[in-house]
Amino acid sequence: MINITLYHYLIVSSVLFCLGIFGVITRKNAIMVLMGIELILNAANINFVAFARYGNFGNSGQLAALFVIILAAAEAAIAMAIVLNIYKTFTNINIDEIDTLKD
Amino acid sequence: MTESVLIKLALLILFLPLIGFIVTLLFGKRIKWLYWFENSILILAFLLSAVLAYFKLTHFTDQTLISEFEWINLGSIPFVKSIIIDLGIMLDNITVLMILTVNIVSLLVHIFSVGYMKGDKRYNRYFSYLGIFTFSMLGIVLTHNLLMMYVFWELVGLSSYLLIGFWYEKKTASDAAKKAFIVNRIGDIGMFLGILTLFLTYNTFSFDKIFYQISTGNLPFGTEFGLTVAGVLLFCGAIGKSAQFPLHVWLPDAMEGPTPVSALIHAATMVAAGVYFMIRVFPILSGDALLVIATIGALSAFIPATIAVTQNDIKKVLAYSTISQLGYMIMAIGVGAYTFAFFHLVTHAFFKAGLFLGSGSVIHSMHHEQDMTKMGGLRKKMPLTYITFLVASLALSGIPFTSGFLSKDGILAGTFAFGSLTGYWYFAAVGFIVAFLTAFYMFRAIIMTFHGKPKNKEKFEHAKESSFVMAMPLVVLSALSLFFWYSLNPFNPNEGKLLSSWIKTPEISVPQSARYEFMKTDDKIINKENLEEVTYSNSYTEAIHHAHYPTLFTSASLALLGILFAFIFYQWKVFDPNKFAEKLKPIYLLSFNKWYFDEIYYASFVAGTIGLSKIISMFDNKFIDGIVNGSALFTKNFSAFTGKFDNVVVDGLVNMMAYISGMFGLFFRRFQTGKVQTYILFVVFSLIILLYIFR
Amino acid sequence: MQNFPILSLLTFLPIVGMIFILSLTKRQEKTIKWITLIVTGVQLLIAIVILFFYNFSMAGINDPSSFQFVEKFRWIEITGLAWVGTIKIDYFLGIDGLSVVLVLLTTIVTFIATFASWNISKSIKGYFALFLLLDTAMLGVFVSLDFFLFYVFWELMLLPMYFLIGVWGGPRREYAAIKFFLYTLLGSVFILLVMIGLYFSATETLANGSKVFSFNILTLMDTANYTTTGILSPFNPNNLRFIAYIALFIGFAIKIPMFPFHTWLPDAHVEAPTAISVILAGVLLKMGTYGILRISYPIFPDITIQLLWYIGLFGMINIIYGALAAMAQKDFKKLIAYSSVSHMGYVLLGMASLTTASLSGAVLQMFNHGTITAMLFIIVGIIYDRAHTRDMDAFGGIANQMPIYTGFVAVAFFAAIGLPGLSGFISEALVFVGAFSSELIRTITIISTLGILLGAGYMLWAFQRIYFGELNSKWKELKDLELREYFMVVPLTLIIILLGVYPSLILQFMTTSVNALVKFMGDAQIIISSIN
Repeated sequence: MINITLYHYLIVSSVLFCLGIFGVITRKNAIMVLMGIELILNAANINFVAFARYGNFGNSGQLAALFVIILAAAEAAIAMAIVLNIYKTFTNINIDEIDTLKD
Repeated sequence: MTESVLIKLALLILFLPLIGFIVTLLFGKRIKWLYWFENSILILAFLLSAVLAYFKLTHFTDQTLISEFEWINLGSIPFVKSIIIDLGIMLDNITVLMILTVNIVSLLVHIFSVGYMKGDKRYNRYFSYLGIFTFSMLGIVLTHNLLMMYVFWELVGLSSYLLIGFWYEKKTASDAAKKAFIVNRIGDIGMFLGILTLFLTYNTFSFDKIFYQISTGNLPFGTEFGLTVAGVLLFCGAIGKSAQFPLHVWLPDAMEGPTPVSALIHAATMVAAGVYFMIRVFPILSGDALLVIATIGALSAFIPATIAVTQNDIKKVLAYSTISQLGYMIMAIGVGAYTFAFFHLVTHAFFKAGLFLGSGSVIHSMHHEQDMTKMGGLRKKMPLTYITFLVASLALSGIPFTSGFLSKDGILAGTFAFGSLTGYWYFAAVGFIVAFLTAFYMFRAIIMTFHGKPKNKEKFEHAKESSFVMAMPLVVLSALSLFFWYSLNPFNPNEGKLLSSWIKTPEISVPQSARYEFMKTDDKIINKENLEEVTYSNSYTEAIHHAHYPTLFTSASLALLGILFAFIFYQWKVFDPNKFAEKLKPIYLLSFNKWYFDEIYYASFVAGTIGLSKIISMFDNKFIDGIVNGSALFTKNFSAFTGKFDNVVVDGLVNMMAYISGMFGLFFRRFQTGKVQTYILFVVFSLIILLYIFR
Repeated sequence: MQNFPILSLLTFLPIVGMIFILSLTKRQEKTIKWITLIVTGVQLLIAIVILFFYNFSMAGINDPSSFQFVEKFRWIEITGLAWVGTIKIDYFLGIDGLSVVLVLLTTIVTFIATFASWNISKSIKGYFALFLLLDTAMLGVFVSLDFFLFYVFWELMLLPMYFLIGVWGGPRREYAAIKFFLYTLLGSVFILLVMIGLYFSATETLANGSKVFSFNILTLMDTANYTTTGILSPFNPNNLRFIAYIALFIGFAIKIPMFPFHTWLPDAHVEAPTAISVILAGVLLKMGTYGILRISYPIFPDITIQLLWYIGLFGMINIIYGALAAMAQKDFKKLIAYSSVSHMGYVLLGMASLTTASLSGAVLQMFNHGTITAMLFIIVGIIYDRAHTRDMDAFGGIANQMPIYTGFVAVAFFAAIGLPGLSGFISEALVFVGAFSSELIRTITIISTLGILLGAGYMLWAFQRIYFGELNSKWKELKDLELREYFMVVPLTLIIILLGVYPSLILQFMTTSVNALVKFMGDAQIIISSIN
């Protein structure tokens, strides 16, 4: 039986984080980018909880994770609204096409 | 009658005409009869001055009454002299006699003017001006103080300005008024400097204090020359006011004023002021100063007499004769004949006033015609004017039994004695020549005006004898031109009260060494019975005695000769004067054109001053303002230049910096894709790089 | 009375009036004018009250205890500055014989100028507000005894004057206003430099024994207060004191105006409205000579005595040059302006000899010139209002059309000529008496007497051209004086005649002070020469 240590958790969260970054950078669809962001946030959550479990932080890790989840939910709602509005304006949600930030 | 009452009386006489002036000036426009107010004031002043003269001459014969008050006090600094200026009046015999003369003449001129000026649109104004003229002259006569003398001196100038320019619509009149004022001012500057010199030395303006200081040997600048300079400077004032050579040019022009004004100016006021002033300051005139005065007097007696011979304007003839007679008086002062100078001043005042008023009467009846060549034969139309004019002319010519004979003879005797004592005979020579010329031109005038046939029929027909107000002054004045008022002996003026006990040569304050030889009192013998006749020294008294009879005969015969010549030329026409003039053309032209004084003065001083003022004005506009505007322009251009510099260089640097940063911006712009994913990619990679560096 | 702040009241009353006027609307023209009239009238009353309580025996000049109506308290106090340490500036007012005369003159002239302003039609509110501001500045100059305060008022005067000429003036008003402003500003710069130099040269001992630099004019007069190293200290053997004196003198000379700094004057006068010309000639020019007497002379007695001859020379040039320049003018107002240059020359000449007579004459001439020239400018204004031209050759025969007016003109003209019996004569005569007694400038004085002659020349010529002769038919419609104009000319005429007959009325106020000034100059000269 393998003894699961903090190290394992951190690897998982790193992988999740890299996947999230990869998603955010490569996806053309805004929804997919958002999902990438969710992955990054969850990677952070895993880190919080893992450090709380193995470190001497009491319950503050869990608490931070809860906050992040709530934040993610709110963020997702706002982000979806933005995406909807983008769709209304540009009739697509392809991020490559939406480069008005440049001007 | 105490002294203080006399002083108050004199002050009252002084200020009466001023009241007349103010009241008539302010209300004359509304109240038509106000000229009678002015006239009655003059009558009152005349009566009071007669009373004053009577009491002064009988009760205080040898006293000089002085009254002063403090006018300005400038305080004092410790150890430095304090400056206090007093004003005051002085009453001596000369003063009261002069007041009386001034008031008589002024009153008669006032009365004459009532008729002469009738119908003038500024009738009352005219009388108010006469009032201030009288006031100013009385001030000069009464003053005891050089500053006050100067004050009234200038006021006389003002009054003459107002009266000469009375008909200011005429350009010639306003020109003449201006000329009189300015020419007088030239002399006044000299007088003012003389006054300053005396004040500087004596710290007072009062006559008696100055005289006393000089008699103690305290001289201006410590030298006798200083005293001479002060005397000559004071005399400058008299040169201006008494129209002496070379400042006599204003007086003939002053004929532009109404004729009664001319009478006033020429007889008792204004021109008399100069002589009176010299009489006042006589004690401080040094021998050299007197010689200058005598020379100027002789020139002023001679030159105008030659001019008067050829003039055709009746008033011009009289004007030049005035200058000539004033020259006599000044010359008399110069040769030390003090009493006769004053005597002639008084007698001249009356007969010259008579002549001017007489000419006024003629001019009035001829409807303001003054050219004698257009008159003639008026004897029959205006007998009263003719007789009075004749009497006054005889007096002026110095014919026996007239007042003029007495006084002129005295002056001639003075010059004669002076010649015999000092060897300067030419004063006597000038005196005799002028006596001849005077008689000649006066009778020339009489013959041209009153004798012969009328030249202008129309005007002659309308001519008529003047009314009572105009005739009465003529009669009074011609009566005053006779001898018996002054001395009961028609051939010896010294027998009259006037010269024997009233007018006396004053004590000379000048130090002995600075006097004429004969004025030195070394050989003066204090002899009781002889005292009254001894003026300066025994030798002088003797010389005067010896001079009496020769001059008496010479002057009388020369005057008669002059009259004879006048009759030969103009009445009987034995010689034609025009042919005579033709032969002596250069001399005739010189005389006719008044020796070209006006032309010379105009070309030199007047044109010079105006030209200088134009140059200065140009200088002001072009040069000084040029510098000012030029510096403004320079500043403006300089600022334009700095503006350019600012735009090109300074701004250029700034813009270059901006350009450079712009270029950088363009380069970095490439990284700005506008795609969030690219940015994130940059962030991630830079994070990785940073982590690698700071590991 | 001596403790009541009457001078502050006098000086700042116009500011109160100005605030009132500014709070009104533009359309309340009558009220604005009446407020101005009341303010200037009350000022005149205050000035008369001051005269009433004035003590003739107190000299002033350099003695703080013999100034009258003194007000003194700290105005500005800044401590702990680098280099300078402490700056203490006093609000220090007081008058003596020199200033009391000019305070009276200012109130009289301002009051009369208010009448002259009555027919201003353009932007009345602004005009009268500036007018009152000007009033405050002028009085402030004459009553302040602290150099800094003096300078503040001196500069304060510029602003309203600039606008009064530049806005309400004639056709070339901008040029004239700018010329006036720049000229006087140049002078002010000189004054400012010298003021700062003096500040760092003399110290005042405070009650607690410490010494601070001082702007107090009276402190600056006393050699004992100077530090040995101060740049403008008489103990300091450099030439800066000499240069400073000349700079200060030029600063004041521009205001007089002294040749060759006079060319702003004709332009400013010609363009300014009548009332402003009256104030300009009546009061402002006196600030220059007053500044010299109050500041240059007692603070630099040593240099003054070295330069007296030159002051006299410039006085002479002013007299003759001004007179000749006046003679060439065709514009009536310009002629009067140049006559001002000539008449201010007498003040300079009088100041050039340190004698009682000539200094009294100079101060009296300031007063007399103020009244006479004010009247002359009013006269020009009256004829200009009617005929709308000032070209003298265009007139002629006005004497018949406007006889009463011509009478007043004659009084003013003859007063300007210096006719005895009118005020101008007394001051000129005193100046000459004093100047002639000074051996140093006797020749200059003798030449200057030509001014009497030239004065008569140009004045009488102008009089003849305008008033004598046949009436030009163009002027048949001209009306004689109206009531408002009587209010202007009658008081001035009375003053001119009264002071001509009895000059002691004004002279009595100044004699003690003038004598003290003469004595002070002599003593200070001895003290300073003993130092070197």
